[in-house]
Amino acid sequence: MWKDKAMRLLMVSAASTSIFLVALIFIFLVKEAAPFVLTPGLRALLDRQWIPVSFVQEHFGILPLVTGSALVTGLSMLFTIPLSVLGAIYIAEIANPVEREILKPFIELLASIPSVVLGFFGLVVLAPLIKALFGLGTGLTALTGAFLLTLMAIPTVITLSEDAIMSVPRAYKDASQALGASDLQTIFRVIIPAALPGIIAAIMLGVGRVIGETMAVLMVTGNSALMSWSPLAPVRTMTATIAAEMGEVSFGSIHYQALFWIGLVLLAVTFILNIIAQRVLVRYGMMK
Amino acid sequence: MSTRREQIIYLLIRMVMYSIVLVIGYILFDIVRHGLPALNWEFISEYPRKSGSEGGILPAIVGTLSLLAGTIIVALPLGICSAIYLSEYAEQTRFTTIIRLAIITLAGVPSIVFGLFGLGLFVLFLNFGTSILAGSLTLACMVLPTIIVSSEEALRAVPLGYRDASLALGATKWETIRTNVLPYSLSGIITGSILGIGRAAGETAPILLTVAAFYLPKLPKSIFDQVMALPYHLYILATQHPEADKVLPLQYATALVLLLLVLGLSLGAIFIRIHFRKKYRW
Repeated sequence: MWKDKAMRLLMVSAASTSIFLVALIFIFLVKEAAPFVLTPGLRALLDRQWIPVSFVQEHFGILPLVTGSALVTGLSMLFTIPLSVLGAIYIAEIANPVEREILKPFIELLASIPSVVLGFFGLVVLAPLIKALFGLGTGLTALTGAFLLTLMAIPTVITLSEDAIMSVPRAYKDASQALGASDLQTIFRVIIPAALPGIIAAIMLGVGRVIGETMAVLMVTGNSALMSWSPLAPVRTMTATIAAEMGEVSFGSIHYQALFWIGLVLLAVTFILNIIAQRVLVRYGMMK
Repeated sequence: MSTRREQIIYLLIRMVMYSIVLVIGYILFDIVRHGLPALNWEFISEYPRKSGSEGGILPAIVGTLSLLAGTIIVALPLGICSAIYLSEYAEQTRFTTIIRLAIITLAGVPSIVFGLFGLGLFVLFLNFGTSILAGSLTLACMVLPTIIVSSEEALRAVPLGYRDASLALGATKWETIRTNVLPYSLSGIITGSILGIGRAAGETAPILLTVAAFYLPKLPKSIFDQVMALPYHLYILATQHPEADKVLPLQYATALVLLLLVLGLSLGAIFIRIHFRKKYRW
């Protein structure tokens, strides 16, 4: 019996590493970011400019980076939401079984294309296209990034929305049809409203993925840290800033600490989105 | 009966779906079309020369493969054991809820934040330096939730009767798991894990801060060495190279090799799944 107890202990400890890891991630981010609180103080993060290297005066305001991330994410959701929801409806309700068996792995395939490959495609194919289309000086814009992010969010949102649609009880559909509703009326007035909490959770998880995405936006959004709400101007996101600047920064400097603060903000945002999405799924009984 | 208007709406939805498929197809087609001409044995088997303008990408391939191996060695046992706990031992307690919450949280952490974490803990605090060890550990943390979730699903798919029969014959809990649960869920565990690990192969952000070398035309000798890696190499060639336009064929070929590696792993996993789905039907 000792062996049985030992194995149980092994499994419990393995499972506990996840808790341990979450704690470690938080602790180490805070540890590296902490000295910033004393000098120059947290107010410095609320500056409207991000100029981390300067001979005159450095600025560590993360607002332009937050608006950059928000702009790119918002734009990409504008495309992602309609495309994914309609895609999920198609796969769950309209496609025939053979089509479904082909479409589902194909969407999974999209999820496994590395983001750096999508970023590369964006750089050499999409950016020149956008430059020519809108007559711009550069094709490296918020819009270019948003297009790529849409491609990255689609697999997550389609798959989870489809799960939500599939989890609507069959009886709803039968009842609707028995009352004389057409298939399309049933889809849009019965199934979609019933699946809505799941779809909203799917969208939130998609947003979490898009905000945290690094390489694709780093490569195609032009990386200028100016506050701008124009989709056709270059922007710089929080993730891209960390990736681009961490390589050149001296460890322990104020700039280094500021980059860890950005990491903490990203962690907090994705954590909150995740928790709310999970709450919604549990509340409406849509957990698998 | 659907009216004319409804048929148009159906058509629109179908067009949306197929335009997504078309875009994915075009991206793959574009990379294969431009990557294939530059892809040859020399490119795969030789060291890069002149900061990547000529020669091959052997060190990057070896680097990525060694990172993958490191990730598997760390994440696979940990992930499978966690999944066994969650599916076979865990009761509905507060502890289990916290574990599940932790896994969900881990799954949502952005890859660049994993990079920061790896830099803080493995590279600096534990003093592994920028090395294969630090990079593999960082990637392992990142793929852990995927492996746990898919392994648990595979374990739960084994019918309860298998466990009951074994326990009724007097086997202990562990003997039951080892002989009557694990063998039947192994294929599912492997497929899910390959899918997760395949994604790690293409990740750039976590290795950017923990392992990847800009240009290092030699092979690693120990797990404390820096290496080049395929995704990072592609990023460097495409954005940092002084003559990025001239090395475009090499960029495409690198993208193709990376794509083949990642999609090869994913497709392999999908085929294994289809194969075993036919074999076991409960």
